[in-house]
Amino acid sequence: MSVDKATVAKIASLARIAMSDAELERMVPELNGILNWVEQLGEVDVTGVEPMTAVIPNHLRLRDDVVNADPLTGGGKRDAVLANAPAAEHGFFGVPKVIE
Amino acid sequence: MLAPVTDLTSLGVKAIRDGVVSGDFTAREVAEAFNGAVAEASALNAFIVTTPDHALAAAEAIDARRAQGEPLGTMGGVPIGMKDLFATKGVQTTAASHILEGFKPEYESTVSQKLWDAGAGMLGKLNLDQFAMGSSNETSYFGNVSSPWRKAGANAAMSPGGSSGGSSASIAARIAPAATGTDTGGSIRQPAAFAGISGIKPTYGRCSRWGVVAFASSLDQAGPMARSVEDCAIMLEAMAGFDPKDATSLDMPVPNWEASLNADLRGKRIGIPREYRMDGTDAAILESWEQGKAWLRDAGAEIVDIGLPHTKYALPAYYIIAPAEASSNLARYDGVRYGLRDLPERAGLQDMYAATRAAGFGDEVKRRVLIGTYVLSAGFYDAYYTQAQKIRALVARDFEQAWATCDAILAPTTPTASFPLGSLDADPLTMYLNDVFAVPASLAGLPAMSVPAMLNADGLPLGLQIVGKPFDEQGVLDAGLAIQQRAGFEARPERWW
Repeated sequence: MSVDKATVAKIASLARIAMSDAELERMVPELNGILNWVEQLGEVDVTGVEPMTAVIPNHLRLRDDVVNADPLTGGGKRDAVLANAPAAEHGFFGVPKVIE
Repeated sequence: MLAPVTDLTSLGVKAIRDGVVSGDFTAREVAEAFNGAVAEASALNAFIVTTPDHALAAAEAIDARRAQGEPLGTMGGVPIGMKDLFATKGVQTTAASHILEGFKPEYESTVSQKLWDAGAGMLGKLNLDQFAMGSSNETSYFGNVSSPWRKAGANAAMSPGGSSGGSSASIAARIAPAATGTDTGGSIRQPAAFAGISGIKPTYGRCSRWGVVAFASSLDQAGPMARSVEDCAIMLEAMAGFDPKDATSLDMPVPNWEASLNADLRGKRIGIPREYRMDGTDAAILESWEQGKAWLRDAGAEIVDIGLPHTKYALPAYYIIAPAEASSNLARYDGVRYGLRDLPERAGLQDMYAATRAAGFGDEVKRRVLIGTYVLSAGFYDAYYTQAQKIRALVARDFEQAWATCDAILAPTTPTASFPLGSLDADPLTMYLNDVFAVPASLAGLPAMSVPAMLNADGLPLGLQIVGKPFDEQGVLDAGLAIQQRAGFEARPERWW
């Protein structure tokens, strides 16, 4: 499979990365080079093989159902959460208007 | 007796720790010596920010504890470099990306906190490939890192490897005795090999990922880089351990790797994977591999031939899985919560996202996010992503079957020695091939280490890689120690910076 400029533009839009025409043009052969190279995976017989989801056998834990079980990641951290926001207003994240 | 300050920078982790304990020098003297060496080495561009005050404060705390007769910790008095992928409270953490420029975390990563708790101090935040995506340290927003090594008789700036290139360069240049690294598909081992130092990626889950900027979460694993196997063992012990804040953290005790080091390999079988003998592999690399076999045999190990039949598919599978996870992980950089915001005039929310990410991500990051988005998109998911996950299972099965006939595996770390910065720019694929020997162990989550073997004809270091069974860091470190003792690698780059 290979991608054309329109497909790359669609992927870039899905990935929310603005790209100029020139950037899209440059990206097409680069992505096709990589995609053509990974095509070789199609030649492997994977009959009966389950896709790997956990590399080392491990059980998923639930944390204790306790408020602020770990104070570091618990609640009451509004100012710390907002400390690096490019625009924090009135204790919230500020964003451009999203309704007309 | 006080050692001259200039000598202190030639010491490693163990020598510094033990010297501080016995009073040969103070932790403050060590921190001052390394702070000075860092300040003089800006030509390497190994650090994004330096934190001499952090190193001094940690050192003074150690000296005060010693005066009180208190224990100093397993890393007591050792100033280290911190790869700028670990969140450090109040200290800029960027992942070498413009999109995180100015980001000062409100919290400390688990791994860095453990190192401070063990008595270490921080010299600064080390440069790396942007979001750890790269094998040459040429994708950083903050500029390339130069290796301290150069080809004999040449002046071209060489790659320190990547993504932990600031880590490898600073250790090889003796401006840091040790540093943290992270390894997603070779990012500890390949730069260690290029710089003539040691580095170990432990079993997936040994070191907490909490507070480490995420690249590909099913592969990312932190580990130490230093100039000896002993120093790696000491530092890994300080970094590892269960952390409830990381869902994939291993709930297992941390072994006493340092105390158990044993280079006597009698009774051990070392596997040589025949598939790693690839076309185009440098003759000197193959020669170092032969030498490595002889060293391990000399240490008492039996060398056995093994097969890892899906080796050639590991790298292409990795270049589906890692970008897929990256495209998902990097969705968080939206210009809203932290980091860069680019808000063009009259732009709406969606335009702000797209403009922010366009301005904030470098070319290699964009390439991987696009590949990841494509392979996860409707209609292509099964053909690419599910197929790659099945092949990942086969790569892991190859290793499981190999453990029936061997205890550890010896292979080259890289297919070539370091190359000049800028020489592999033309095609991203050529760069990806650097990790062909490193990626299989990453896909299988196995502990793997690179140790320096020798210099090639150009005077550049070559590394040997040892891959072990899950949870058997000890076996990896022991084989590494056996090589270290026989290689006698003492070469160091001539100072030009």
